[in-house]
Amino acid sequence: MPRLLTATLAGSLLLATGGAFAATAYVSNEKDNNLSVIDLDSLTVTATLPVGKRPRGLALSRDNTLLYICASDSDSVQVMDLATRQIIKDLPSGADPEQFALHPNDRWLYISNEDDALVTVVDTQSSQVLAQIDVGVEPEGMAVSPDGKWAINTSETTNMLHWIDTATQTLVDNTLVDQRPRHVEFNHDGSQLWASAEIGGTVSVVDVATRKIVKTLRFEIKGVHPDKVQPVGVKLTRDGKYAFVALGPANHVAVVDAKTFEVLDYLLVGRRVWHMAFNPDESLLLATNGISGDVSVIDVKALKVTKSIKVGRYPWGVVVTP
Amino acid sequence: MRPLAPSLLACLLGAFAAALASHTPLAAETPAAPEGLQVRIGYLGYTPDPGPLLSNVIGEPRNAGLRGAELAIIDSNSTGRFLKQRYELTTASVETPEELLAAAKAQHADGLRLFVVNAPAPLLTQLAAHLPDSLLFNAGSADDALRTDACLPNVLHTLPERAMLADALLQFLVVRQWKRALLIVGPRDDDKAYAAALRRSAKRFGVTLVAEKPWTFDNDQRRSAQADMPLFTQAAEYDVVLVADEHGDFGEYLPYNTWYPRPVAGTQGLVATGWHKTVETYGAAQLQKRFEALAGRWMNDRDFAAWIGVRAVASAVTRLGNADATAIRMLQLSPDLPLDGFKGRKLSFRPWDGQLRQPIPLVQPRALVSTSPQDGFLHPFSELDSLGFDAPESRCTLAERTP
Repeated sequence: MPRLLTATLAGSLLLATGGAFAATAYVSNEKDNNLSVIDLDSLTVTATLPVGKRPRGLALSRDNTLLYICASDSDSVQVMDLATRQIIKDLPSGADPEQFALHPNDRWLYISNEDDALVTVVDTQSSQVLAQIDVGVEPEGMAVSPDGKWAINTSETTNMLHWIDTATQTLVDNTLVDQRPRHVEFNHDGSQLWASAEIGGTVSVVDVATRKIVKTLRFEIKGVHPDKVQPVGVKLTRDGKYAFVALGPANHVAVVDAKTFEVLDYLLVGRRVWHMAFNPDESLLLATNGISGDVSVIDVKALKVTKSIKVGRYPWGVVVTP
Repeated sequence: MRPLAPSLLACLLGAFAAALASHTPLAAETPAAPEGLQVRIGYLGYTPDPGPLLSNVIGEPRNAGLRGAELAIIDSNSTGRFLKQRYELTTASVETPEELLAAAKAQHADGLRLFVVNAPAPLLTQLAAHLPDSLLFNAGSADDALRTDACLPNVLHTLPERAMLADALLQFLVVRQWKRALLIVGPRDDDKAYAAALRRSAKRFGVTLVAEKPWTFDNDQRRSAQADMPLFTQAAEYDVVLVADEHGDFGEYLPYNTWYPRPVAGTQGLVATGWHKTVETYGAAQLQKRFEALAGRWMNDRDFAAWIGVRAVASAVTRLGNADATAIRMLQLSPDLPLDGFKGRKLSFRPWDGQLRQPIPLVQPRALVSTSPQDGFLHPFSELDSLGFDAPESRCTLAERTP
C-alpha cells in the first residue's frame, strides 16, 4: 500500500515540528471484534478499542487522522477518529467487506465484498456509493496505483487480478494468476504489482505497463512442507531494496531482493502470519500472526525477529501512524 | 449473491464478452480457450433409503451432494465469464439404480463425458463400466475396496474413504493418549465396513481394542438408552468408546450413557468427516456462506465432495483450455494441479488410487475439535498421506493406466 507510506512520510514531516510522539500501530483482532493499539517505542499494547464484528482490513487517511476498518460481519466500513478513538461514521461498504484501498485522492475507497463478488467504490466524504463493479468469486486483495489510475482487485476463487480503470470505474482487463490470490501491492513507483497466491504458493510480479507477469516467485523452506507455504501479505520497502512476503501457516516471512527477485532469507514468526506494516522510518516491520494471537517485530536492517507482542484473538490487519 | 442468478449471469456474459472484446482480454499466461467453451457436467445421484432409524429427530438433507455441485457450477461460471467458459450441470437424482444407469446413458448419449456421482459403490462400479470414455468423480461412496482393489481407471474419489476417516480419528486418539478403546459395531454392512477401517487404524497407530460388541438391541433407544447403554458398555476399562453406526441408528445414544465416563468417537460423538459447518478457517467461512445462501442449509461432506469434484474440473479446464475427459484425468493424477479446497492445504489426487488427499476435520456437533493429520505423524512425501491407503497398501496404479 504505497498510499500508506506516502501518508506516513507526510506524517513524519509534520511530526518534525510537532514534537516526538511515538509511532503507533493498530492491529485488527478478527475474533475479538476490537483493535489492539501498540506503542512502538515501548512495543507494548497500550489500549484495546472495541469496533464492529470481524474486523479485518485497515487503512489510514492520508493525514493519518482517520482509520478505516473493514468490519466484515457488520457489513460496514467504520471510520475511527484517531484523536478521540471513537467511531465517527459507518460507510456503506456493501456486504462482507474484507480488504480495501484508498485512492490517492483521499476520497475513493475501493472495497472488496467477499460474499457478493463485487468491488464497491465509496466516497469517504459524502458516504455515497459511487460504483459497484462485478469481479470474480471471493474478491479479496485491493490496491490502487500510486498515480491513481488503476484499482486492482484479486478474486480468490476465480484466481485473477481484475484491473479497474478508476476514471470510468469499470473493469477493463483480467490477469490470471496462481490459485487463491490473496493480496496485491504496488511498488513505490507504480511500475510493478506484486500479487500473492495462497494455494498456488507463489507471488507473481506483474509489469503494470504491459499487464504481463514478469516473474513468479516460489518459496522453499527447509523442514516446512511446500503445502504449508501460503503467501498472503506483501510489503515493499520504499528504497526498492526488499520485499517481505508473509507465508501464512509456514510461520515464516520471506525476505526477497526486490530487484533480482532472489529470496534472501526466511524469518521465523508466529503461527499463520497474515499481514504486515512498517514503522515510519522502515526500521521495523510488524507482522500479525493469526493463530498464535501475537505480532512479530522484525528488525529490517538486521533481518531478525526481535520480539513478539501478545494482542487479541486472531490478529489480521495492521497499520502504523507516526 | 446477485451475480449468480442464471438470467443475470447470461446478461453478464454478454456484457463481459462485449467489455472484453474491446480490450486485450487476458494476459499471456492464460491458455487460449476456444471461443465460448461449453463445459457440461452430469450429476448422477442415488441414495438408497436406509430404512427406519432411531436417531431421526434431525433428518439428513435429501439433496446432499447435488447442492454442492450446483454451487461449484455457479462458482466456476463466475470465473468462466472472464475466460469465455460456460459450465452447465445436467442433473439426475433418482429413486432406483436402474433409473440412474438409464440417466447416465442418456447424458452420455447427449455428449457428456464428465460426471459427479453420488451413489453406493456397486452402482458406481457399474456406471464406471458403462462410461469408459468418461471421467467420474465419486462424491458418494467411502468404500475402501474401491481404493485398494477395484481401481476403476476412470474414477477419482473426492469423498474421503473410510480408512482416511478412521486414521484421522485414531491419530487424534493417540495424541490424546486414549489408547484403549471399546468398539461397538452396528448390524449393517456399512457399519461393519467402518468397523473394519477402525480396526485397521487401531493396529496401525497402536490403539488396543479392549473389547468389541455387536449392537443387537431391537428396542427404541430413545426411551431406554439410559437403562441399556451403561450395562451394554461394561467391559475392561477403556479410554474411549468407538462406534460404527453410519446411518445413525443407535450411536447418538451412547454419549453420556457409557459405563465408564468416557468420550465416544466414530460415527457419533467425535466424528471424522470430509466437511462440516464448523469448518471456517482458510476461507471456508466464505464457502459456507455461499452454500447456505444457495441451499438454505449447512454444507455437509457429500456437498463438499461434489463441490470439489466440479471445481477440480474447472481448475483443470482453466489450465488446459479444453474439457477433454482424458486430459483432465491425466492432469488431476499429476502433481501439477494444486486444488483450492478451503482446507488449509493444497489438495491433489493420489496418483495410485485417485483419492483426493485432504485434511480431515474432527468435529462435535457444534465445534471443530481438531484437524488431522496430527502433528508428528510423518510421511516421506506428504503428511496427508498418513491418512488412508498409502501407495504400497493399494493395488491401484491409476496414473500409469489409461482408461
